[in-house]
Amino acid sequence: MTVLVLLDHEAGAIRQASRSAVTAALTLGDVHALVTGDASVAAAAAKIPGVAQVLHATDAGSAHDLAEPLAALIAALAGDYSHVVAASGATAKNVLPRAAALLDVQPIPDVVSILDADSFVRPIYAGSALATVKSSDAKKVLTVRAAHFDPAPAEGGNAAVRDVTAPEAPVLSEFVSIERSKSERPELDSARIVVSGGRGMQNEENFKLLNPLADRLGAAIGASRAAVDAGFVPNDYQVGQTGKIVAPELYIAVGISGAIQHLAGMKDSKVIVAINKDPEAPIFQVADYGLVADLFEALPQIEAALDSAE
Amino acid sequence: MKVLVPVKRVIDFNIKPRVKADGTGVETAGVKMSMNPFDEIAVEEAVRLKEKGIATEVVAVSIGVQQAQDTLRTALAMGADRAILVLTDVAVEPLGVAKTLKALVAKESPDLVILGKQAIDDDMNATGQMLAGLLAWPQGTFASKLDIADGRATVTREVDGGLETVSLALPAIVTADLRLNEPRYASLPNIMKARKKPMETLAPADLGVDVTPRLTVVSVAEPPARKAGIKVDSAADLVARLRKEAKVI
Amino acid sequence: MTEHARETMEFDVVIVGGGPAGLAAAIRLRQLSPDATVCLIEKGSEIGAHILSGAVIEPRALEELLPDWRERGAPLNTPVTEEAMLYLTESRGYAVPMLDRVMPHMRNHGNYIVSLGDVCRWLAAQAEELGVEIYPGFAGAEILEEDGRVVGVATGDMGVGRDGQPGANYAPGMELRARYTLFAEGCRGSLTKRLMAMYNLRKGVDPQTYGLGIKELWEIPKDRHRPGLVQHSFGWPLDDRTYGGAWMYHFGENLVSYGFVVGLDYPNTWLSPFDEMQRLKLHPSFRAYFEGGRRIAYGARALSEGGLQSVPRLTFPGGALVGDAAGFLNVPKIKGTHTAMKSGMLAAEAVAEAMESGKAEPASYTRRVRQSWLWQELRGVRNIRPAFARFGMKGGALYSGIDAMLLRGRAPWTLHHRHADNETLESATVSAPIAYPKPDGKITFDRLSSVFLSATNHEEDQPVHLKVRNPDLWKTVNWDVFRAPESRYCPAAVYEAVDTDTAPRLQINAQNCVHCKTCDIKDPAQNIDWVTPEGAGGPNYPGGM
Repeated sequence: MTVLVLLDHEAGAIRQASRSAVTAALTLGDVHALVTGDASVAAAAAKIPGVAQVLHATDAGSAHDLAEPLAALIAALAGDYSHVVAASGATAKNVLPRAAALLDVQPIPDVVSILDADSFVRPIYAGSALATVKSSDAKKVLTVRAAHFDPAPAEGGNAAVRDVTAPEAPVLSEFVSIERSKSERPELDSARIVVSGGRGMQNEENFKLLNPLADRLGAAIGASRAAVDAGFVPNDYQVGQTGKIVAPELYIAVGISGAIQHLAGMKDSKVIVAINKDPEAPIFQVADYGLVADLFEALPQIEAALDSAE
Repeated sequence: MKVLVPVKRVIDFNIKPRVKADGTGVETAGVKMSMNPFDEIAVEEAVRLKEKGIATEVVAVSIGVQQAQDTLRTALAMGADRAILVLTDVAVEPLGVAKTLKALVAKESPDLVILGKQAIDDDMNATGQMLAGLLAWPQGTFASKLDIADGRATVTREVDGGLETVSLALPAIVTADLRLNEPRYASLPNIMKARKKPMETLAPADLGVDVTPRLTVVSVAEPPARKAGIKVDSAADLVARLRKEAKVI
Repeated sequence: MTEHARETMEFDVVIVGGGPAGLAAAIRLRQLSPDATVCLIEKGSEIGAHILSGAVIEPRALEELLPDWRERGAPLNTPVTEEAMLYLTESRGYAVPMLDRVMPHMRNHGNYIVSLGDVCRWLAAQAEELGVEIYPGFAGAEILEEDGRVVGVATGDMGVGRDGQPGANYAPGMELRARYTLFAEGCRGSLTKRLMAMYNLRKGVDPQTYGLGIKELWEIPKDRHRPGLVQHSFGWPLDDRTYGGAWMYHFGENLVSYGFVVGLDYPNTWLSPFDEMQRLKLHPSFRAYFEGGRRIAYGARALSEGGLQSVPRLTFPGGALVGDAAGFLNVPKIKGTHTAMKSGMLAAEAVAEAMESGKAEPASYTRRVRQSWLWQELRGVRNIRPAFARFGMKGGALYSGIDAMLLRGRAPWTLHHRHADNETLESATVSAPIAYPKPDGKITFDRLSSVFLSATNHEEDQPVHLKVRNPDLWKTVNWDVFRAPESRYCPAAVYEAVDTDTAPRLQINAQNCVHCKTCDIKDPAQNIDWVTPEGAGGPNYPGGM
């Protein structure tokens, strides 16, 4: 079996999440990679060990990853492949379901575990349950959650590159512009790192002590319901049951006791750090790394450690 | 301009779903159901287009069991003009939904279909894209802003690391993200008035659509509980471990 | 609040509250007057969302209301087959012998273990079929009164911010005007409370006394499930001065309803009903049932315990009180569903008659109640609950045995309730501290993880619906004298005393509120006013609760 993996790129490099998708795809068969962008992207893809061939989409529509030409291209290429795979992300979620429809296939998004060529595990209800599904489609279209597969190395491979173009079709959509998020805080629900504060921050003024740490880490700032209720920060900071559900790579809970309402909103984070002066706080039961300390002492120490050389 | 808005009846977002003891699925008996929150945003956007004089009619559609009527009534109370229920007891997958909607599009000839970007039960995030593919219409997914002018839809999309703007030739598909708008309440007077708005019921067979699922749910399980990790000695130790062990910073 | 025009709709009858009383009234009205327009509003997000009861129900009233309830598929599926009343010491449980004779009101032959929420959902479907308009998600927030007559209610505004100002999605409330308005809000209804003041309805009757019921729904291993089992207990862990006990009912598909009621006239300020409820599960008479099971839902609700002596005047120009809003619960029987439904039906009959004659006050309701089995039943047990208040748990149990076996409920005297529940609390220095065990996370739990299972939600950006009338009073009374009893009696962790080492203040986590109304009842200075939050807020009790 051969698997087609759609790789996503940023600033000429293949995103790490896409390299995780390569790892996932290698469990299913040989891997061919499909990339858009300029020649440097195709060259980067060719260096990923395990990629046997790189297909480089060179038409104008594909340049901006527009769904219409890219889905048509994937559908046109799919005949040679048993599976089409990509890392869960905005591009794949935009394009792959459209391609699946063209192939008369029901896509399988957000796979966290591949059981065999037909069977996959994926979260439903925002991670409240895990469903094992078996597909009866001849061809499978799936996206995988990057956090559940180790990324393939960026270097070491040497695959051949072949140019491909989307089939001729009327131009339905046009790229207008892209506005990259500025250096300001990332959005809470899509940030790679989240720093959250709880009642332990004591007041609105102290809550701002999280800013320097978040700045250093490029992190979004969240809060527990207790902190929101106490008026330290507005509602839209809230992580948990009635607030946002986040699953960043790193979640740092500062002065948060860990009420189940809060845990429900962040327990799928890859790595959880808890800083609390109460060693009995429930947050430590889910934290990968716990630091029992007065947060007002710990915060500047962490900043200092971050500033020091590795 | 006519706007079609598909809505889905799902377990209310306040309810924590409970996996059935026998692992066959999630308990839905006696559980409060509501309109999928992203679909509420889609309805709101369609109603706003009508209030601005851009849309002339808003038609809400749901595919599901009889009680999906309640979900459609909510859409009518929010301002949709009429509703269509495609009645089926099968749990229809996005592919089947997209095929059903394609048939309804052929019947209704809307210029715009606005959907929620995903349903909060199966978290598929696929129906809008699939409908666009089947119709060979352009798509503007994960929209945080929508403008209609001169036969085109300008859609600002939430993408990884920023906002992308695309321009689509109508007819088109748009899927709503959280920041598109804040939906209004279905107020009591409007709920009362909605009882008198027309609602049509169809069967998938009436539309000539096969909605047989392609995925079999083998089992549904609670996610494994997270285990406590280690306590670190100091802030420096913590940072060192995050760098070297966890490799997240 | 800024003035926005409210829309108005007129009905013959408006019913506030979609519990058994309100729904029975609605059904009876349409049965008697098929042309009458009947509108029922419910603050819960759906019918059943705020219904919390054991529940073992006696089908007497249902039989009268819908004789074909079996054919209509009423969810009364588990008949009571086995019952026990246990007196608990810390380590043992003793079954009360000759239960039928000592506590005849406890006899459950012919009764059913149900989810009252599911029964209400079913009743609502019957009512809708009869043409009743039911609108869940809308709270009765305001009484409309003209020329001394109640002419309906207004629902609350939606989309008001925490600061009291209308937000972007503000939607004004609606005036539901009616010839007759029935208040079926359940125990300590917020509008009922205002009506009592407006029309002086409590004149000449005993103060109402209350209990707080806290409930958990469990799914237990099949080999331990005994469908039809009803087990009650009294004694440990409560002291002799505190009225209360536990229930455990096995029903449905491996479901167990477990709960605990404590009389809100308890004196010890350190008592925490929630923690009593938790630790009671560890008693040998209960524990084995929970091992290996999982808790699936949680909730709490106050109930009226005053009985006949505390029933207020029932009617006023333009309406009436029905169900537990009037206090029709039969405490010794621990049942209020059949009495609530009966009162709703009788009120409907009175309203139907008044609609014919055009009278403002459906006054025949009172006469109908007095002539019904409802009154007979409450009269027979009227002395039992006050005897517990007067003679303690053991003395009360003895009195109730004598009352049942010798006097057969016909005692020539009536014991009265001497205090309102907010007057009975003793100070922190006088009260004996109670050490509760830490939750084990398997059988016993903390408050927040419990509230999580009530699926409680309130729109965050709205005014706090728990109004502290005089904020200064909290420090001098609640803290200085009683050490924040609300932080213990509230089963939903709404009230927290924070900064207790430095400058104690009260933190109100209104979003957690499960609408039990205990704070409105038990606050020593009657300084907390529970008003309805934005409609659809509060718990979302699932099917089976």
